Amino acid sequence: MGKTKIKDLTDEEYLHHGSLACAGCGALLAFRHALKALGPNTITINSTGCMAVIMQMGVPKVPHFHVLFENGPAVMSGVEQALDIMGKRGDTNLLVVVGDGGTADIGMGSLSGAVERGHDFIYLCYDNESYMNTGGQRSGTTPFGAATTTTPVGSVVKGETRPMEMRKDVPEIMIAHGAPYVATASIGYPLDLIDKVKKAATVRGPSYVHVFASCPAGWRSDAKDSVKLAKLAVQTGLIVLFEHENGERTFQHLPKKRKPLREYLELQGRFKHLLDDEDATRELEDYVEGKFKAIEG
Amino acid sequence: MTEVFFTGNRAAAEAAKLVRTQVVAAYPITPQTSAVEYISQFINNGELKANMIRVESEHSALSAVVGASIVGARTFTASSSQGLQLMSEGLYFASGMRLPLVMAIANRTLSMPVNIWADHQDSMVNRDSGWMQIYCANAQEVFDNILQAYKIAEEVLMPAMVCYDGFIVSHVAERMEIIDQEQTDMFLPEPDLTKRPLMDPKNPLQFGEVVYPDWYPDYEYKKHKALLDSPKAIMDVGREYGELFGRSYGMVENYKTDDAEIVFMGLGSLTSTTQWVVNDLRDCGSKVGLSKIRVFRPFPDKEIVEACKNAKVIAVIDRDIGYGTSGMLFPDVTRALYPLASRPKCLNFIIGLGGKDITPETIKNIHETCEKALEGKEVETVNWPDARKYD
Repeated sequence: MGKTKIKDLTDEEYLHHGSLACAGCGALLAFRHALKALGPNTITINSTGCMAVIMQMGVPKVPHFHVLFENGPAVMSGVEQALDIMGKRGDTNLLVVVGDGGTADIGMGSLSGAVERGHDFIYLCYDNESYMNTGGQRSGTTPFGAATTTTPVGSVVKGETRPMEMRKDVPEIMIAHGAPYVATASIGYPLDLIDKVKKAATVRGPSYVHVFASCPAGWRSDAKDSVKLAKLAVQTGLIVLFEHENGERTFQHLPKKRKPLREYLELQGRFKHLLDDEDATRELEDYVEGKFKAIEG
Repeated sequence: MTEVFFTGNRAAAEAAKLVRTQVVAAYPITPQTSAVEYISQFINNGELKANMIRVESEHSALSAVVGASIVGARTFTASSSQGLQLMSEGLYFASGMRLPLVMAIANRTLSMPVNIWADHQDSMVNRDSGWMQIYCANAQEVFDNILQAYKIAEEVLMPAMVCYDGFIVSHVAERMEIIDQEQTDMFLPEPDLTKRPLMDPKNPLQFGEVVYPDWYPDYEYKKHKALLDSPKAIMDVGREYGELFGRSYGMVENYKTDDAEIVFMGLGSLTSTTQWVVNDLRDCGSKVGLSKIRVFRPFPDKEIVEACKNAKVIAVIDRDIGYGTSGMLFPDVTRALYPLASRPKCLNFIIGLGGKDITPETIKNIHETCEKALEGKEVETVNWPDARKYD
């Protein structure tokens, strides 16, 4: 499959303007790009989360079902099996879009079950690293040190204390399931994201695309920096973009020389307290270092 | 029509096969499991063209049939006890989406303490989830009610639970009759998919969205109204079923209630035991009757009032308990009777919890208390005749 270029992108939009998203919403960009990749013959499901709220009042131009918090993959299992037995599947894409809380935490069982059973659908997780729809609480993907409303900066404990290595790594969990296509993407690299969603659509069976998506409201960053932050996360090495299929992993936009983490951290209020804390920033640097050692061998 | 010797679970599976269920999603739980095992065998034998989704939880079982239904498939699922509780969130989700789902419930109590045997706690605590609830006393009724539930649910666009006592009905084989495929197809044609919105890329619609406070009551009222109006469909279908296959069904089966001074009321298999006792007591000269409630949601106010028109004492038998109040059938009966100018005395009897055997003696014990009340003696309102006393 060829790489998508900007001039190849359709001018067609599958989400109406005027959604309820905050300015600079990364999740909305993830969904918008995914639908540009898939086109109108797509049935979409949102588990509860920001996206379900953003989509209300007729934003999507494709069939859209806002389901419960934890059951998106289960509902899609039923859609897929019904279309199959009724002979109505054709080329219809089935896309489930869920945040990190609905994916890594409350919906893990439902996702695991649907992937293990091998349903033919695409699962897109927009990861903004906490429960943003309820105002920014800590989730299973919240990074070490980040201040959230349930891991606030106090006089004794400052932000999330669980080490980076123990974050719930859903892409790796999906690879362990034997999902035929697993990829990570970032809204900072939309063409790469579109290529990955397109690839996911061609794969038979479950595909999992984990999209890093900035959140100005929860990260306490400037809306104009959303795309910049989604790039910086990759350029600093905190986030690694890859594709995994047929047992092979390939990397995209892997930085040859990583930018200092500080450039990423200092743009976000959630990390402000870390800037003067050498131990804490070293913990993050060690994590990136260790990850790249493993990648580069 | 064929005479067979089936358990309640086998009868449920046969009915699900005959209605040409297209998608089945279920998770194993005692005592429901064998119903789903039979269906799996039908599919793997090629007797039923359906997809079986062997989900990882009951929550996902209900979610999956919601997904299948919203693109137009006829679906089946079954559960019990803890499984039904895990589905609880989805019950409201499904009824709010106005999906014509049918679910078999092999009734079992709720832990703790752990107990796998029959009572109605599991379905009763979900009585206000917007699902119709039909209760069965034997395997024949399980079969008949599941066939009818599809027709009713697809007519009123609300989901239906068909409930039958775990083990007592689910696992006991009885002589019963089944109808054949041709008869089923005549009774229940393919679902009319023009009656409700479906997820279809050719006609993109949005489902499950937010409704703000100004309009929310209207949606709630429409759900309520759909159930309030459903007795017409329930009665029509029950009558048609009778005309075609010889067994008619209504909301309530009133037995010898016309001149009864004491009327027993209950759900499920205990009504068979009670009917036997009613005959016995009638032979001894007692004016007793039985109101066997088939449809608990929507609640059959009219039929209950009719059953009680000459009664002086009503014995509401609950195989469930609303801790701190009474059984869960009791308040609906008293609410239905409250507007009457002359109300009978209503007593509540909590029996058979966790599978405790309901024998003719249990019912006779209830009758004795009712006789006392009839004589004007003081009796408790909520009674536990088969539990030990610790006062």
